[in-house]
Amino acid sequence: MEYRTVLTTCTYCGCGCGLYLEVMDGHVVNTIPCKTSPVNEGKLCVKGWNVHEFVHSPKRLTQPLLRKNGELTPVSWDEALDFTVKRLREIREAHGSDCLAFLASAKVTNEENYLIQKFARAAVGTNNIDHCARL
Amino acid sequence: MAGLAAAFGSGAMTNSIAELEDADCILVIGSNTTSSHPLVATRIFRAKEKGAKVIVVDPRKIQLVHQADLHVRHNLGTDVALVNGIMHVILANGWHNQAFVDERTEGFEELRGVVEQYTPERTAEITGVSVEDIRTMAEWYAKARASSIVYCMGITQHTTGVDNVKSLANLAMLTGHIGRESTGVNPLRGQNNVQGACDMGGLPNVYPGYQAVNVPENREKFEKVWNAKLSDKVGLTIPGILEGLNSGSVKAVYVVGENPMVSDPDIHHVEKALRSAELLVVQDIFLTPTAELAHVVLPGASFAEKDGTFSNTERRVQRVRQAIKPIGQARADWEIIQDLSTRFGYPMNYESPAAILDEVAQVTPSYGGITFDRLEGDGLSWPCPNSEHPGTKFLHAGRFSRGLGLFHAIEYKPPAEVVDVDYPFWLTTGRVHVHYHTGTMTRNSPSLHEEMPEGFLEINPQDARTLGVKSGDTVRVSSRRGEVLVRVDLTTRVRQGMVFMPFHFVESCANILTNPAHDPIAKIPEYKVCAVTLEKAA
Repeated sequence: MEYRTVLTTCTYCGCGCGLYLEVMDGHVVNTIPCKTSPVNEGKLCVKGWNVHEFVHSPKRLTQPLLRKNGELTPVSWDEALDFTVKRLREIREAHGSDCLAFLASAKVTNEENYLIQKFARAAVGTNNIDHCARL
Repeated sequence: MAGLAAAFGSGAMTNSIAELEDADCILVIGSNTTSSHPLVATRIFRAKEKGAKVIVVDPRKIQLVHQADLHVRHNLGTDVALVNGIMHVILANGWHNQAFVDERTEGFEELRGVVEQYTPERTAEITGVSVEDIRTMAEWYAKARASSIVYCMGITQHTTGVDNVKSLANLAMLTGHIGRESTGVNPLRGQNNVQGACDMGGLPNVYPGYQAVNVPENREKFEKVWNAKLSDKVGLTIPGILEGLNSGSVKAVYVVGENPMVSDPDIHHVEKALRSAELLVVQDIFLTPTAELAHVVLPGASFAEKDGTFSNTERRVQRVRQAIKPIGQARADWEIIQDLSTRFGYPMNYESPAAILDEVAQVTPSYGGITFDRLEGDGLSWPCPNSEHPGTKFLHAGRFSRGLGLFHAIEYKPPAEVVDVDYPFWLTTGRVHVHYHTGTMTRNSPSLHEEMPEGFLEINPQDARTLGVKSGDTVRVSSRRGEVLVRVDLTTRVRQGMVFMPFHFVESCANILTNPAHDPIAKIPEYKVCAVTLEKAA
């Protein structure tokens, strides 16, 4: 049996509470608040205490899906990404860069948001990038 | 954020969360803090214990009201009039900070001209708040040693959202409650990394660090670092993207970790737009209602499965650490984008998120000194311009980011949709304590789902009696945009003539009803006010 705790930051609201995820044999099994966090000082709300619960949900997406004959069908990463790239290129060539739009995310990391907007701006050539800051 | 940027030159929480507990007066307006930001609410409780006056301005009797010294229930969408009325009383009594106004601000005479017309009597008539309460708020807020304003989407989700924020900025500058410890104008950001997504340039008009895309020097700088030709044309916001899909000017949309099919106003309109896309790609951790419409669905990794950083509401950049491998074939979102970009012909070869943050620091002055190795411990609050800088606890000390603080003289405007004979009830929307946003995560968490498995409509018992409905009955709620069936909860948390629905539940989706009318500058929709009618469902 392997047991570890991993210090990280809650994924719910903008407070940014520090917490430890308890990991047993590759499964996140529980959450403990971080006493030394300057934000929450050892407290958590009901969402924070239960933040590990959705991680292993049986409803998680576990493979890429591609719509074939109207149905979302499991495919390989290669097929999903190559299809996406081919369609993005075709649409850009036919209608121009500003016919493509991107939604970044208030849920993913800073580094990921940086790459998404860099992809939109530098690779595709459009500033059509927004996220749900207003929602 | 546009409102604060216009007034102060920086659109972010001015002070830190911990400072709240040493304020002498806290004005909470349009924030259901205990539900939406519980660990900020803790600081408000501590301030109260230390003797602070707590004023809650909210049309609903939210939980924080029980801790408040004064609860003011204004009519929906009348915030500008209320704040103007408060400033009127402050000026009339000479409780303002003339030295601060003289030294640190501009535009005061224009502000005075407008505020003079908002007498307590006129303000009371517009807002439904008594003359006495307006006076009490003015006195407590202005006379305290350190007053802090806390606000959230109850202020911003209006067609006058930017005006509302500018009004709060006016109030803070008029009294000098800004640029010092435990003061300030503090917007609570609703999502864990909404601050970071903005900081990183996930916006159509700015590169990372709020550097405008239409300023040639900025563009040249990024063209050089990114080795690519960049567009100088400001891009589309979400409402613009949806309109573009409907009109055919936008053909493809790539969505990462967002769920507009539950979160956006007027869902029927959103669905029509997304269905018309020639290509819809959704990268997410669950098959959301938005992903169900996609041509391609890519499984991303949750926060437990990757390394990186989040920036919280007080601008604090903190580490996210990988606890487990991604589930199934899921991949970290940064790896997906990197792979996609390389296949697209624009190679990205970052070794790790730490290497990406190093590039962020290179191009973003406010993140210039932020690297993974400095984030052990408490993290760092931006601005943090270099590797020796300790980060910044509160903004605008001695000088505003824009130089002088700018007053905006603002007249009250009513909401875009008001009640009438056909739609006689005011509807407002919000969150509940056990759920989060569109419920993608919380409704897949057994303990949270059990607490509140379905949506509801709060209605005043008097109104329920008139409609002939009892607690637990189902009603049909209709607006000009659609209708939903929902169970009723009889409560005096709402006044007569007003109803409330949480927006987390796709089966009773509040955003089928909400009005997409939006603020002309920030493009934020008016989720907090629309007109509906109710009838008992058969």
